[in-house]
Amino acid sequence: MPARIDINEYRGCWVFVEQSHGKPARVSLELLGKGRELAQKLDADLTAIVLGDSLGPLPEELIAFGAGKVLFADDPVFRDYNTELYADVIAGQVLERKPEVLIVGATPIGRDLAPRLAFRLNTGCTADCTGLDIDQENRLFVSTRPAFGGNVVATIICPNHRPQMATVRPGVMQLPEKDATRNGEVVPLNILMREQDSRVKILDSVEAESEDGTIEEAERVVCVGMGGADAETFAMIRELAGLLEAEVAATRIAVEAGWLTHDSQVGQTGKTIRPDLYVACGVSGAVQHTAGMSGSKIVVAVNKDPKAEIFNYADYGIVGDLRKVLPALIEELKALKGM
Amino acid sequence: MNTIVCIKQVPNVKEVKWDPVTGSLIRKGIPSIINPNDRNAVEEALRLREKHGGAVTILSMGPSQVEEALREALAMGADHAVQLTGKEFAGSDTWATSYTLGLAIQKIKDWNLILCGKEAMDGMTAQVGPELAEFLHIPQLTYAVSLDIVEGKARIRQKLGKIQRLLETSLPALVTVEREINEPRIAPMDRIMEAYEIEIPVWGPEDLDGDSELFGLEGSPTRLRKVFSPKVLKGKVEMIPGAPKEAARELIRVLRKKYIL
Repeated sequence: MPARIDINEYRGCWVFVEQSHGKPARVSLELLGKGRELAQKLDADLTAIVLGDSLGPLPEELIAFGAGKVLFADDPVFRDYNTELYADVIAGQVLERKPEVLIVGATPIGRDLAPRLAFRLNTGCTADCTGLDIDQENRLFVSTRPAFGGNVVATIICPNHRPQMATVRPGVMQLPEKDATRNGEVVPLNILMREQDSRVKILDSVEAESEDGTIEEAERVVCVGMGGADAETFAMIRELAGLLEAEVAATRIAVEAGWLTHDSQVGQTGKTIRPDLYVACGVSGAVQHTAGMSGSKIVVAVNKDPKAEIFNYADYGIVGDLRKVLPALIEELKALKGM
Repeated sequence: MNTIVCIKQVPNVKEVKWDPVTGSLIRKGIPSIINPNDRNAVEEALRLREKHGGAVTILSMGPSQVEEALREALAMGADHAVQLTGKEFAGSDTWATSYTLGLAIQKIKDWNLILCGKEAMDGMTAQVGPELAEFLHIPQLTYAVSLDIVEGKARIRQKLGKIQRLLETSLPALVTVEREINEPRIAPMDRIMEAYEIEIPVWGPEDLDGDSELFGLEGSPTRLRKVFSPKVLKGKVEMIPGAPKEAARELIRVLRKKYIL
């Protein structure tokens, strides 16, 4: 095990930027927005680290999204994500440059990479955080995540190890404004690595074409809960969503009942979304679910139970039977569209 | 093909009670199960043994009741089990858990594959698999929806979000499995009785070749600072009264006024 380190040598906040064909993952940009705020509280720099092949203008773009410095490795060997090669490069840079905070998007890649890095760097990593902050008095990184099944939230610190690491779910932080006038330093990393340096071979990689839009990027979402999970009501929910130009999402129970796939699940074990309009149909409002939608701009809830928890998260509520309220909404919207 | 499967015993509820003073879980009175993903890992190890021979060893860290989970995995068909129990292990975060499991695996010696569930249904961090692979300095293949041994190498189909990849690595290696990889078998009645005959060694910190300061809470880099119920963000709901028709009309009117529609 590595020797104890002098934590005061570690300064600055890093964001690992995940990219595909030179296009950054949305969550990585969200983290640059949050990272800039954390770096300001630490009175330190925000650095982005990105690996890939043919990155083009991406490093400069990351400056525009808030990074003060961008470390990038641009080489065909980094085209596809490879745990060992990526971990070797990033761990090497961390040991050399000593950041105090390292945050990673909690995507499948991030959740594969971050724990591998954390163990190698002999440090702690808080998974799937929903909040990040700096305790300025103690110069500590404070991360928040749902705990014990999601009905409570825990704040977690990593006092004696560096860097302090966290993964953050997509959609939790706000996308920052791009500002092309920002200046920053772009540092190419000249790292010699060969495919043979990894014991894992990628024999094939296929990107699935999804027929539906994604709920994370939708401006409007209609969500079905257990109260709307019967064939007749679900058909009406689809019709309502069509009229609203919205995507259809579901609670965990509705997904388990087979109404939609896990890709459309909102909540702690699904996606975190923040659409402009969120219409909850027969959703009870368990914390596990609201953890994934409470950032929505306007929330409308329709539920026959006036005491349903979802009304505490809603801007507008209608108490009523979905089988009566939904047809009325559909009719009104059709009239509005002149249909 | 000797496989070690790491399993976690978890409370069989979605909502767990916690002690507001110590911040620790209240496990009393809550039935425990083998973490669902880990059950798939056990099943996959048994299938590999059926194809390629060898032995399956189950490893779990936890309080003394974790023996029940190990007995169940033995009843499913595993050959051996090792239990890691000791008050020094309590309060382990994912780092300290991986460290402890790793030391036990080094002590077990004769293995070429480690299987873990992708994540546990209580913590849902998905961190122990990759951290353990790093401790053992072996490659990790995560999110497996299929696993084969081809010419002495492990080959998986990986579900990496929207991307499906075919990965291959030399052994030894660690693989984490998704729920859809298989349908775990139910332990047959006669085997349940047999499983009770199998001796399960219980190892404490003194049985492991590790640094005593790196176990449990003391060895955990992360610390729980506080636990609280999340705030309700809105709480200013405007209820729209009336019969469905009137309520629908009014809702659409207010949404249009707010430029949402």
